[in-house]
Amino acid sequence: MTVTSEVSAEKPSGIVYPRRNYPQIVATVLVVLVLALIARALFSNDNFQWNVVREYFFSASILDGLWMTIKLTVIAVFIGSVLGVPLAVMRQSANPAVRYFAFGYVWFFRGTPLLVQLVFWFNIALLFPILTIKVPFGPTLFSEQTNTLVTPLIAAVLALGLNQAAYTAEIVRAGLISVDTGQTEAASAIGMTKTQTLRKIVLPQAMRVIIPPLASETINMLKVTSLVSVISLGDLLYSAQAIYQANYRVIPLLLVASIWYLLLVTVLSFGQYYLERHFSRGYQDLRRPPAEEPAAAEPGR
Amino acid sequence: MSDKLVKISAVKKSYGSHEVLRGVDLEVNRGEVMCILGPSGSGKSTLLRCVNHLERIDSGRIEVDGELIGYRRKGKGLQELRDSELVAQRQKIGMVFQRFNLFPHMTALENVTIGPVLVGKLSKVAANERAAELLQKVGLADRMGHYPGHLSGGQQQRVAIARALANRPDLMLFDEPTSALDPELVGEVLEVMRRLADTGMTMMIVTHEMYFAREVADTVVVMEAGSIVEQGPAREVLENPQHSRTAAFLDHVK
Repeated sequence: MTVTSEVSAEKPSGIVYPRRNYPQIVATVLVVLVLALIARALFSNDNFQWNVVREYFFSASILDGLWMTIKLTVIAVFIGSVLGVPLAVMRQSANPAVRYFAFGYVWFFRGTPLLVQLVFWFNIALLFPILTIKVPFGPTLFSEQTNTLVTPLIAAVLALGLNQAAYTAEIVRAGLISVDTGQTEAASAIGMTKTQTLRKIVLPQAMRVIIPPLASETINMLKVTSLVSVISLGDLLYSAQAIYQANYRVIPLLLVASIWYLLLVTVLSFGQYYLERHFSRGYQDLRRPPAEEPAAAEPGR
Repeated sequence: MSDKLVKISAVKKSYGSHEVLRGVDLEVNRGEVMCILGPSGSGKSTLLRCVNHLERIDSGRIEVDGELIGYRRKGKGLQELRDSELVAQRQKIGMVFQRFNLFPHMTALENVTIGPVLVGKLSKVAANERAAELLQKVGLADRMGHYPGHLSGGQQQRVAIARALANRPDLMLFDEPTSALDPELVGEVLEVMRRLADTGMTMMIVTHEMYFAREVADTVVVMEAGSIVEQGPAREVLENPQHSRTAAFLDHVK
């Protein structure tokens, strides 16, 4: 039959070729061009004083400041998480006193400016000159001048950590309530205690929801630590400021600080990627089913 | 060792002003397979969930294997048990849910071993052996390393049954186990349940699968509006309903 033979002579091969996306190609070229122009404007401009940037990039005080910033970020996020998780759990407690305490904590530490909290902890010796731990009606176990105990570093760590705990608590709480109640029911049904359920079933699943905003908070904390310059703690920004206040090279030193912050953020972003991937186990959208029995893998049968 | 594994006496439960269970009395013998039928809102799922104390009761009592579930006697009334005390009771009762409720971040094998390891205090090796055996019994030996998200609904429910059996319970509760499944996957789950029934497991099943109820169940209980309307041997109730409401319900389902 002539119709069929004509059709079969022109039958296409059946392979799918992607259509050339012309608008996308034009956009890509434009973006690359603009970026190249910006780069040229930046790097060939003498006003940026890139030679000064290079001079101070690895200097001792900058590196000390960098190390302080990293330390503060790590400790603050650590304290924030260690306090934030129990706070989040307390927010859902059956005990009203516990619930209100947690709610009050979050309300207070989110409600007052971090800068104020920082200055407050720095000056705590004004309010409580001596710190004492006593057994009620018994012997004194510990007594010390607050000023000796609460150094600027400790004050910074306290302020940043306690403040961060409030924000972390809310992020963790969001994660906890995002887990389907059926999960806790199933865990209870096989005899797991509430703590076991939280640790093994709810928290791991909540992590998928918790990690992205928590990673953002950590990256944010990197920059927020620069507030400690107001209590003269030698972080990265303070070190850069100290240098440019002496040699008046404001822009290059700020560039030094900014580039270091950017580098740290990049490293953290990679960390976030790997963390998210780890907690997505079992949720990946496999377009193909995983390796099957031989029968299913053979095509055309 | 009593013949009666489950004794439900005068159980009442309300959600606020809405009475969900209006004084239910029910007994289940060891080895008996009981299907609980009824229209939605009749309280059948709630009753089932009271048996392993996933729901609290307002009055009455539930005993499994002679032990008061969820509460201890205190003076004239009952006091709720602590979390740690409930654990021991729940080990003897397995539950299978309508929406499977498998732990998505664990493989099929891990889903089944977590109970014996954490609650039964089994060693990892022993737990793995038991889990492998159970998964083989439900026909999923080749899927042990898969995550629930990569399993079909029927496969997930079969893993859920294996998980519920992992603690070697005396009683198995099924809350509409096939209602969330595509029709062609229902059969494989019912088959597993039938084989479980053949081993002599005591089962309480809330279901709409009439054929299963007639072929596999020993007893059928019909509930409506929080009360038991009719109960008796499966074939009799399904073919010769005494109560008008039962007849109406069965007609409706057919």
